[in-house]
Order: sequence, then C-alpha cells, then structure tokens
Amino acid sequence: MIRFLYGDALDGMPVLRDTMFRDRATQFANRLGWAVHVDENGHERDEYDDINPLYVIWQCSDGRHGGSLRFLPTTGPVMINDHFADLTGGVRIKSPRIWECTRFCISPAGASRKTAARVLLGAAALGKHFRLTHALGVFDPAMKRIYHALGWQPVLAASGARDIHVGLWSFDDIDLPRLRLRAGGDESELLQWDDLGYETPDITPLSA
Amino acid sequence: MASRIENVVERLQQVRTLDELQRLVEWLRDLYQVDHVIYHAVNRAGEPYAALTYAPSWVDHYLEQDYGRIDPVVLGCYQRFHPVDWKQLDWSARSARAFLAEALDAGVGNQGLSVPIRGPSGQFALFTVNHSCSDTEWARFTTAHLDDLILISHYLNQKALEIMRGSDRVPDRPLSPRELDALTLLGMGMSRAQAAERLRISEHTLRVYIESARFKLGAANTTHAVALAMACGKIIV
Repeated sequence: MIRFLYGDALDGMPVLRDTMFRDRATQFANRLGWAVHVDENGHERDEYDDINPLYVIWQCSDGRHGGSLRFLPTTGPVMINDHFADLTGGVRIKSPRIWECTRFCISPAGASRKTAARVLLGAAALGKHFRLTHALGVFDPAMKRIYHALGWQPVLAASGARDIHVGLWSFDDIDLPRLRLRAGGDESELLQWDDLGYETPDITPLSA
Repeated sequence: MASRIENVVERLQQVRTLDELQRLVEWLRDLYQVDHVIYHAVNRAGEPYAALTYAPSWVDHYLEQDYGRIDPVVLGCYQRFHPVDWKQLDWSARSARAFLAEALDAGVGNQGLSVPIRGPSGQFALFTVNHSCSDTEWARFTTAHLDDLILISHYLNQKALEIMRGSDRVPDRPLSPRELDALTLLGMGMSRAQAAERLRISEHTLRVYIESARFKLGAANTTHAVALAMACGKIIV
C-alpha cells in the first residue's frame, strides 16, 4: 500500500522506519556517493527528518519499505532555500502551494519501475488533493529519463556544478494513464488515505 | 469588480494592530457566512496568540480546563501542514466526545476545516473555519473555498507575525532580483512564455518565481502582485 505518514507516526512502525532510513543510506551514501550523514544505526537522516515531514511510502506486503519520498512545505524550513539558493538564482521559494520533495528512494531489495511509479502516484494524488501547483526539489540528473518513462517528469529549473539539479514537478502535467499503468493499479486500489483520517469515498478521483 | 479573495487580501494589507486583526477575523466570518473563524498561533518562545469569534465564556472555560490537552483539533493538527477536515480527526476517546458535546453546547459548529501553518523557523499556527450544517453542505463549501482558505490562513499568519514583531519577525520579505525581473516583464505586458524566454528560464520556473513573489507580497493573484510591487516601488514599468 502507498502510505501517507508524518515523521511522528513512523515511530510506531519501527520496521518500516528502519528499513526506509537504511535503504536511504544505501542509495544516497553508498550508491550515489552524496555527502549525507549515516548514523550509528545505519540510518541516513538529516535535520529535515527531525521537523516532522510527510512521507509518501510504498510499504511492501511484509511491512518493509519499498520506496519513498519526503514532503515539506516551502513556507517553513526546506533544503532548497537553506542550502541550494545559489541554484535558484537567489530566489527563496515560498508558497503554501509549493512543497519541497526530496529523498526519492527505492529499496535495492525490490527495486523496480513499478515501485517508483507507485511512489510518484502517491505524491501526485497527495499534491492534487491539497491543491498544490508544484513540487520542487534537488534530484540526481540520471533519474530524469526514469521520471519521463513513468509519466511525470520534472522540468529542470536549475543545475549546479555539483551534478545536482533542481527539478519542478507540475501537478498539471501528470500523464495519469501512463503513471497508473506503470504503477499497476489506480489510486483507489493503492492509496491508504485513512493514514490521514480519510474514508476513501471522500476522495475525489484524480483527473488529469 | 474585485473578487472575494482580492477583497480579503486588500483588507488584510491594511491591518496594523491586533485589534484590527480581531475585527478582520469577525469580518471573514460574515463574508464566508460561517458560524466561526479562529486563528491561533504559538510563537517560538511558546507565547500563544488568538483572534477568534467563539463566545468569550467558552474560551475562558477552554483555557481554564486546559482543553488543548484533549482537543482532537489541536492534537490532530499540531506539527502537520495539510488542511484537515474535522471529520478526519480521531473523536473516539471518551474525553474527546465529552469535550465535543460541551463545545456544541457553547455554540461551536459541528463542522470544521483547519489549516495548520508551518511558518518561518518552524513557527506554528492554526486557522479554522467552523460551521453548523450537514456533511453534504460542508463538503460543497470546503470544495469551493479551500484554495482561498489556504491562502488567507497564511496571509493572516504573516500579518500576525509582522504585528507581533517577536522572535518570529518576518524581515520585510525581500524579493530577489529574479522575482522582480519576472514581475517587471509581466507588468510590461509580456505573456508568461515571452517573459520566460527573455529570462532564459522555463515557463514552469517562471510560474514558481511568480507564485513565490505573489506569496511574499501577500497578493491575491499575478495581476495583483504586479500592481502591489509597482505601488510600493519595488518594480518600475
């Protein structure tokens, strides 16, 4: 299922939490070689994980982490404004309709396009439901082709010498039929809205 | 004629004191024809501030009983940042049900929508619209007004922070040269595509710069943002 979990809810789910932060260490520290901090538990965590972000997580049937990303509102502290303002022409981006999306991670155990598509489908549904116009975040340029294949690619907003790009995902530019096809199902089957207290029938289906 | 949201932000711009903020909250209640509007903030020093339309006797009782400990709205919204319909909250605890019964007796409506706000340096505030009506009517209301209510909640919070000038003071929300360029080109009558081409950025990047500038200026829409930037001399067209 695709879960919508704030940081403080994760503490009640140690298996999901631990596998997610370990998978992030594998992806960002080991595989991509980013200068991220891995703690004594083998968890890749930063200060933004400590301010209660909203995670979109594909949880495998055994309860473990399959893939995830992390949302924070740009009205509060976000990585892009705190650390990458040089990449956005000095613009500190702030709006309740723009959230930062970071740490897109797929578990090496079950890495598949399907998992990636499911995480993106969750992010798309969440953003549309809460009336966002854009998500933005730094991403690895190698991912661009994959996002395209999945049906929701970022527009390159800026690129830095550090081989890190700032991407913009528009909630108006989602190829929903393709994203659903890649995810192997539609939102009604995959999204666990009751994490946020919704009854599924309350949710208006997505339209492109 | 100016739209409703333009009216609201124009009026918000003129607020200078906490008393005026209180009157604005009362005006919002009448404008949206709901029972209550509540803005509640906690700054970094932990000092609370509220502007609201609940009966003073209910507010006193709430504070006296320290109901913030059990109020599902507070518990369910604190440190969140997505809009929350009260139906999504957990009212199952006996203490929560007893609290709700008391609140309804005191004139609080059965429906609510709360927008939690995460401000600069982690400041937290909550904006709530409350009403008595059926689920269907409420769903119609929130669907129609959610965009406006999200914007109003944040602008109200910016204004409250500005007035209080406490540890969360917002420093004049400066616009970067890129944001000013974007507004200037639109003010000159260029389309978004033309302005993006001139600045050598994608149209989406331009849209994000404009959205960001609009928010910092407290404007209702792009046209309004250009007008405000011109009025306060930030751009010259």
